[in-house]
Amino acid sequence: MSILINKHTRLLVQGITGREGLFHSEQMQEYGTRLVAGVRPGKGGEWVLEGKVPLFDTVKQAVEATGANCSAIFVPARSAADAMMEAAEAGLPLIVCITEGIPVQDMMQVRRYIDQRGVRLVGPNCPGLLTPGESKVGIIPGHIAIPGDVGVVSRSGTLTYEVLYALQQRGRGVSTCVGIGGDPINGTGFTDVLAMFEDDPNTEEVILIGEIGGTDEERAADFISDKMTKPVVGFIAGRTAPPGKRMGHAGAIVEGGSGLAADKIQALQAARVKVAEYPEAIPELLR
Amino acid sequence: MKLHEYQSKQLFAQQGIPIPRGRMAMTASEAKAIAEELGGRVVVKSQVLVGGRGKAGGIRLAKTSDEAEDIATQILAIQIKGLPVRKVLIDEAVNIQAEIYLGITNDRQARCPVIIASGEGGVEIEEVARREPEKIVRIAIDPLLGLREYQARYLAAAIELPRENWREFIAIALGLWETFRRTDSTLAEINPLVVDGSGKLLALDGKIVVDDNALFRHPEIAEMRDIDEEAPSEREARKYGLSYIQLDGDIGCMVNGAGLAMATMDVIQLHGGQPANFLDIGGGAGAEKVAAAFDLILSDRKVRAVLINIFGGITRCDEVARGILMAMDTAKPKVPIVARLVGTNEEEGRRLLAEANLITATSLVDAAQKAVAAVGEVAAS
Repeated sequence: MSILINKHTRLLVQGITGREGLFHSEQMQEYGTRLVAGVRPGKGGEWVLEGKVPLFDTVKQAVEATGANCSAIFVPARSAADAMMEAAEAGLPLIVCITEGIPVQDMMQVRRYIDQRGVRLVGPNCPGLLTPGESKVGIIPGHIAIPGDVGVVSRSGTLTYEVLYALQQRGRGVSTCVGIGGDPINGTGFTDVLAMFEDDPNTEEVILIGEIGGTDEERAADFISDKMTKPVVGFIAGRTAPPGKRMGHAGAIVEGGSGLAADKIQALQAARVKVAEYPEAIPELLR
Repeated sequence: MKLHEYQSKQLFAQQGIPIPRGRMAMTASEAKAIAEELGGRVVVKSQVLVGGRGKAGGIRLAKTSDEAEDIATQILAIQIKGLPVRKVLIDEAVNIQAEIYLGITNDRQARCPVIIASGEGGVEIEEVARREPEKIVRIAIDPLLGLREYQARYLAAAIELPRENWREFIAIALGLWETFRRTDSTLAEINPLVVDGSGKLLALDGKIVVDDNALFRHPEIAEMRDIDEEAPSEREARKYGLSYIQLDGDIGCMVNGAGLAMATMDVIQLHGGQPANFLDIGGGAGAEKVAAAFDLILSDRKVRAVLINIFGGITRCDEVARGILMAMDTAKPKVPIVARLVGTNEEEGRRLLAEANLITATSLVDAAQKAVAAVGEVAAS
């Protein structure tokens, strides 16, 4: 078992013919993900990936023809808001947006639109989802994780890979890994994913990887102390980051005295979360 | 991207917000000419992208055009928080009856824009928020609907603005929302919005911060970027699509991914070192980008060792290794370099680097310890 995706997930990729989209679609397919359709306006009727994946002009057509129930979005930032809304309108229950650099005002509109339709959006600017041995939706390298009972949720990309790799080195497996993305406005927060892991019978412990900026980690800490029975191990990146400087991710900035790593670590520790001093120390803190 | 006061106020005026008459000047004689046009009594305002201009002597009143010239000469010679003043705004002097704060920004937690007003304008809003939070009124704006007229009226009533100014105030608030929306701002602020001598509202000072991610659809705003206000290293980084921030330490860092870059900096500090920079080469960087990143790190004279930490997913370790070798070939660095490459094509990457004179590391902790030790050896020799 797992959360969000499993071997039954029927994936559609928006922006499948782009450089990144095509490369990662192939990777996902090789991993075993059931990739059932691609969307590329103007190329409906054609096939890609050695004739295995049909292309459609619209998401609606793709869903009707293939029964896709999840979309991965690789379209450029300027069209990403539109792509997310199109997927929500077509009734896809799960949308995973990999695209980075989306204007924040676009994301505020998308989030409001999506909430009105009860659709789950993961990302944007995220590495996606991986349920080891079953399915991957996004760009997380498949070979660095094995199936197991640890749930991983993270705001970062490569830092998450570092942690998955460290787990694998110790022989620890993962139920599902969820990259929620590094933007200030995203679809799914820590709390949403923690609730899913708490309810998932195959997840026994959870790793939460946060970073400076915003207050999502503090809210996660509240949720953990009020609602969670499963143990959580944490790591917060950016202890050395100076205030007022944006550390790469649009959301990673310490502003007006909030968003500091120290506050987040303190909040997590107060919720009985063991917080690692460096990423490679995380596996040692698991049970 | 931050805009100057004079640029922000021009954008406000395009949406019908009243601003004082005035123009930007780059020399004292231009300042004098503008002051003459405006009738002599003017305010000379330094245009630098930092706060606290008034306290630093960067905003002064002149009673005549000759005095404006003198003051402009002085202001154009000073630095404010390390930034040299290269431009001044010459605005007609205004008599002030009251000062109001009006701003729009994004509320990250509520995931929508919020309009903020206070009857206590003219000072930093954070200060008012700390001292007298009850004097600040906030109203959430639905991102799909925009600011509604009644919401602006609520604000006017809540800050106890005289009724005769409500119509003007509502028009200004709606104009500010239009500015915020049309320029893809993350902040659009009028502080102060004043009631002038004749009882009319006027935007005396303005500030706009535009979302960098949205500049692709606003080429006219992208052109407003003041490259004089940027560090040369940041300009260079932007050219290559690198995310680079210079810090105070002596260990240069090159990492793929923002979170991992921050974690790498943290591990360096945990082992007694100090990072010289934050640098994210992004996903899928090729050899040329890596070489540019390497040059950027070495251009910082404080750097006494370099730590390279790459976790190859989309990024290929052999491409990174080629970039490092390319840069070393031209830059001939004298500082020790510690490299840790894991993931896609790591064997090929390590083999390439083994031929160069590099210190290799297996884990992040190992890499940090070796970089800190290398700095110690450089210092001892």
